[in-house]
Amino acid sequence: MHLAVYLPLLAPLLAAGSAGWLAERMAPRWATWLLATAAVVLAVAGGVALTALAATAIAQLPPVAALGHWSVAVLRREDPASLDLALVASAAALAALVAAVRTLCLRIRALVAAARTARCLPGARQLVVLDDPTPDAYAVPGRPGRIVISTGMYDALDPGERRVLFAHERAHLTCRHHLFVAAAQLAAATNPLLRPLAAAVGYSTERWADERAAQATGDRPLTARTVGKAALLSTHHPRATALAVTGDSPRHRGLRRTGPVPRRVAALLSPPVTPHPVLTVLILLVLTIAAAAAVEAARDLDILFDLAHVATVR
Amino acid sequence: MAQWVRTAVVRTAVGENDDAERGARRPAGALSAQVLEVLTAAGRALTPAEVRGALLERGLEPLAYTTVVTVLSRLHTQGLLDRSRVGRAYAYVAVADHSRLAARRMRRVLDAEADRDAVLARFVSGLSAHDEEVLRRLLGADPEA
Repeated sequence: MHLAVYLPLLAPLLAAGSAGWLAERMAPRWATWLLATAAVVLAVAGGVALTALAATAIAQLPPVAALGHWSVAVLRREDPASLDLALVASAAALAALVAAVRTLCLRIRALVAAARTARCLPGARQLVVLDDPTPDAYAVPGRPGRIVISTGMYDALDPGERRVLFAHERAHLTCRHHLFVAAAQLAAATNPLLRPLAAAVGYSTERWADERAAQATGDRPLTARTVGKAALLSTHHPRATALAVTGDSPRHRGLRRTGPVPRRVAALLSPPVTPHPVLTVLILLVLTIAAAAAVEAARDLDILFDLAHVATVR
Repeated sequence: MAQWVRTAVVRTAVGENDDAERGARRPAGALSAQVLEVLTAAGRALTPAEVRGALLERGLEPLAYTTVVTVLSRLHTQGLLDRSRVGRAYAYVAVADHSRLAARRMRRVLDAEADRDAVLARFVSGLSAHDEEVLRRLLGADPEA
């Protein structure tokens, strides 16, 4: 069990280091699917590994050992990890579970609220124009989803730029990006090491919507200019600045790292990214190894407990 | 959540499809906006007759009583107006505040939801000073069409 149980806990380190880079190098649609899947797989594999480590410690507690008819001596002898490490793993596993449940509840509540909002917004059409001078535009997921744009934003853009914006937001709703983001953030809640991965998923959904908008309007430079213009508008509007500082700053920022907007504009001003089969294969390979390691750890745990049980019977 | 939603005064986009310009549905949208304006200005409940009178006073084209009733009940169904019985008719009152306040309220309520930013897909996020510099350089280098 020794190696198998630690692998799923180390893989997220690899993910944290490479997530941002992968999101830039891969085509956005692929990147979103792969990175979101990676986040979920690594979270589950990590959870299994932690539980495996924790179980050996918990089972050595006399009342638990008595209840399960497990020999404490055998468990201690075959224990893959020291008791201290297993106790740490127990705490981590519990924290991860609590965080996952809490995040899931909060997210469901937020999504339900959003869907209700979307339904209650006046007007029969998908688009809702809010009389508000603060430039702002966003998609509200729901059944049906709505696109909200403030008059501040609406009036500042010309018809071509508005078409870019609507196509972008419509792509968010059609492709259900909120689900990818929710899955990745749920995974990140269980393991903080996965936070860069979740941020990368968020970024690649924006890129995905940008590319869809560029295809829909058939004008990549226009799409790039619209994104840039909208960002500069928001930055320079007094009320919007507060919003930007508190709510919308990109989460994952190095000292010299550029935020998502300039990177999106730069990507749109360059030709589309060509698919990278090698990267896809590599990612899937790492995920398969992590998942296999978790399964192996669980199997070994099962064998260990069988041994311990047999020892008491004898 | 429905409460504050009703307070959003909305100029619903008319015919805003991929390529369509504002078009055929405009008259209805403009009428709703005018009726809402009248009710907001009055600050109290008005019957359809009073609304019609107020619209006339503003120098707008005279409307049939039935048209006013139709618009009022549509706005009520949309949740923008509350109504109460006055004799045999209804009196309508604007639930909407000034739209700016409403928009701010919507944002504040959504802010209260911890996961707001993750749920709403914003078109653009904030820019740091460095970001802005990079952005201007990128856009400056690209010739405007």
